[in-house]
Amino acid sequence: MDWSLLFGKLSWGLLPENAVAWGGATTMVVIGLGLIGLVAYFKAWGPLWRNWLTSLDPKRIGVMYIVVALIMFVRGAADAVLMRIQQATSVGSAHGIVTASHFQEIFSAHGSIMIFFVAMGIMFGLINLIVPLQIGARDVAFPFLNSLSFWLFVAGALIINLSLILGDFSTAGWLSYPPLSELAYSPTVGVDYWLWSLQISGIGSLLSGINFLVTILKMRCKGMSLMKMPMFSWTVLGSMWLVAVSFPILTVSLALLTLDRTFGMHFFTAGGGNMMMYVNLIWAWGHPEVYVLVLPAFGIFSEVVPVFSGKKLAGYASMVYSVIAIVFLSFIVWLHHFFTMGAGADVNAFFGIMTAVIAIPTGVKMFNWIFTMYHGRIRFFTPMMWYMGFVVLFTLGGVTGVVLAEPVADYQLHNGLFLVAHFHTMIVSGVLFGYFAGLTYWFPKIFGFKLDEKWGRRAFWNWLIGFILAFGPLYVLGFMGATRRLDHYTDPSWQPLFIIAGIGAAIIVLGFACQLIQLFVSIKNRHQALDTTGDPWNGRTLEWSIPSPAPAYNFAILPMVESRDEYWQLKAHNEKDVAIQATGKTIDIRREYEDITMPRNTAAGFAIGAATFFFGFGFVWHIWWLVIVSVIAGTAFLIMRTFDEDTEYIIRAGEVEANERRLRDRFITMQNV
Amino acid sequence: MNKDTTTIFGFWVYLMTDFVLFASLFSVFAVLRSGTFGGPSGVDIFSLPFVFIETCLLLTSSFTAGLSLIAARYGKKIHVVLSLIVTALLGLAFVAMEVSEFAKLALEGNDWTRSGFLSSYFALVGTHGLHIVLGLIWMIALIVAILRKGLTRSNTRKLVLLSLFWHFLDLIWIFIFTIVYLFGVI
Ligand code: HEM
Ligand SMILES: [Cu+2]
Repeated sequence: MDWSLLFGKLSWGLLPENAVAWGGATTMVVIGLGLIGLVAYFKAWGPLWRNWLTSLDPKRIGVMYIVVALIMFVRGAADAVLMRIQQATSVGSAHGIVTASHFQEIFSAHGSIMIFFVAMGIMFGLINLIVPLQIGARDVAFPFLNSLSFWLFVAGALIINLSLILGDFSTAGWLSYPPLSELAYSPTVGVDYWLWSLQISGIGSLLSGINFLVTILKMRCKGMSLMKMPMFSWTVLGSMWLVAVSFPILTVSLALLTLDRTFGMHFFTAGGGNMMMYVNLIWAWGHPEVYVLVLPAFGIFSEVVPVFSGKKLAGYASMVYSVIAIVFLSFIVWLHHFFTMGAGADVNAFFGIMTAVIAIPTGVKMFNWIFTMYHGRIRFFTPMMWYMGFVVLFTLGGVTGVVLAEPVADYQLHNGLFLVAHFHTMIVSGVLFGYFAGLTYWFPKIFGFKLDEKWGRRAFWNWLIGFILAFGPLYVLGFMGATRRLDHYTDPSWQPLFIIAGIGAAIIVLGFACQLIQLFVSIKNRHQALDTTGDPWNGRTLEWSIPSPAPAYNFAILPMVESRDEYWQLKAHNEKDVAIQATGKTIDIRREYEDITMPRNTAAGFAIGAATFFFGFGFVWHIWWLVIVSVIAGTAFLIMRTFDEDTEYIIRAGEVEANERRLRDRFITMQNV
Repeated sequence: MNKDTTTIFGFWVYLMTDFVLFASLFSVFAVLRSGTFGGPSGVDIFSLPFVFIETCLLLTSSFTAGLSLIAARYGKKIHVVLSLIVTALLGLAFVAMEVSEFAKLALEGNDWTRSGFLSSYFALVGTHGLHIVLGLIWMIALIVAILRKGLTRSNTRKLVLLSLFWHFLDLIWIFIFTIVYLFGVI
């Protein structure tokens, strides 16, 4: 019998081949089984399934996004540490701890995981948590689609991690340029894992992009014109617009490479294909993608800085226009990623200038944040610390970006460590620091208590110092001629700098450990840090006008907005009324409550995600029956869900009122103690 | 109240993303058009009369899809179902013609592995065909749903979306007809 019909390309020989890979695989399996065992031990499967996995509440979906992203961060950071150890030790006759091809798998996995599953994951998590609250809505436009997006994200994450255990991962870098990524040069399943993992999670992101675009445009509460919308929501609008326009290009690029590899087509191979077309396509998505990630971080700082400076955001309108300018410009700069392709001086000049021009709207934002602080009464809580770190480092990263934007300089620096240092400066100090600030800032709104300050600060200082040590040397090494993706080098004078970078990475790991301890300590001491008012930071926007943790329906009575900092104005105008002072309009029991319709939980998103996972897995291993079965199953689930008419439930006005009364009473008792 | 408008607006946004997807495929086709690698180019393999019939089928099906929407406005369930069935049959005929065209090319040795040009041709036209197939599955599901539950609010909304989708695919086909086939033979 022909077993390949049943198992495709799967066989025993594919299990990990060396110690480090075995270690990775074992850790993965242990963590996975450990989690499952822990849940089973606490008999938590039922509640987990009912309250979380099938939930359509964006707040819960948001939390799940962030949990998955943090787990993926552990994986991505482990890869980073391995690379740092390798480069610190692999000089001259020494060859470090991993083989060359394993090193290539590691940087490919690190880059892909960090971008697609860490940064995108935390971003969609925060958007889910906060956008509906900020625009005064009870839900997103398409709650089921939201859950589906999340499960596609999880399916992608599983596929990329499976490569640790079965077969190997791509060695072609985080963007898999052909011809290296083509079947002739990457004959194993590595690139297919990469392709399907990104394809599936990318489609999830695209659906989310559509969802939040519509949510922001269509579901804002009464009175909130676009120019009265909080800045975070504005940047998310820009970011989701970029997702909607750029992710289809990613879908196409990945699909074409898949067709080349699976069906012998010639998009990027000799035989009439054109490999530079891939590079153009992937960066036509890739450049907008970096702004997809960083715009929401800008938005977070635009919320954090005014609140902790006690002043309104300086230059709101210019902030909005700079978002729009960035969105527009980010589509006409992609070629700066391959000036060396040889497009010619005039083309390079155009793209170089356009790239430098992006510094202008970004600079506008920088200045506005600093103006907001000017003459403000600044409170240095952790979110503000992340911001301070960001301002300094991001400016540095921006300046080195402008250096890279000059084609002449780029010919020297291209594919060197200077570049690696540059983009990590943008993505760690811009994106990650921003998200960390956002997580700390909005944590009480979701969980009802604040994160521990002391450990937050420790985390910040470790991250900051670690970052400078880990990436500062790379700028220098770049000038010394070190190229990226080196598993070994011969010049011993580079080694000290690589060792410093390794120490930096270790300090970053300490920083992350502090964040985990912070979480643990905060949960333990939560009773001392309860947020009973719903407004722990003296906030300005609608999300602070409701109790913490936000009830399932968000707003008992949908708000009406008259100004930009609506809640701030409300507090200013009702200084006497203590209930409004702390908890806004919504806990005003004199108001008439009404029945609230909310979406019912459903397992459909989970089911379709599972089908998609098996689809991707089958495709990777050419197990065609599995592919066909999962297509049929997925389609059937989708049709069943779409034609299901019983998807909502009603919370009665009486229940809402009772709940709100309880929250109000709790607040008043706390006031009196 | 505004669930319908939100959904329809959302669907427009989705169509926009699909439009970007096709735009990327069109540009890939434009780049690879000359990549025939010694194999045939458009003139050698396209038959305009054949494609013209395909086009007529699809345009007519768009028309009947429009009819179903009008019938829905007047609440005429039977007419809706009938015109949807006609639409589906026309769509099916279109798919059959496309498959036979693909099969003929493949049998002549001009399949998707022959050259970059043919890869991009199959990918672009095939993606459109795949959309049509998805539309057909949706149409059949909707016909069943309308037969079972009548022209409920949600079924009517789905009908509106489906016809938007169908017209959109028509529009894409016009582009394919012009850029791939017409420009291909001149
Ligand atoms: C947190 C600490 C981090 C450390 C220590 C770190 C370290 C590294 C190292 C050593 C490399 C390989 C450089 C080389 O080519 O020689 C690398 C590559 C890369 N990193 Fe990180 N990284 C970190 C965080 C991140 C984050 C947060 C992201 C994105 C969200 C990211 C995205 C990437 C990408 C895209 C590459 C390129 C991979 C490739 O060459 O294909 N990194 N990183
Ligand atoms: Cu770029």
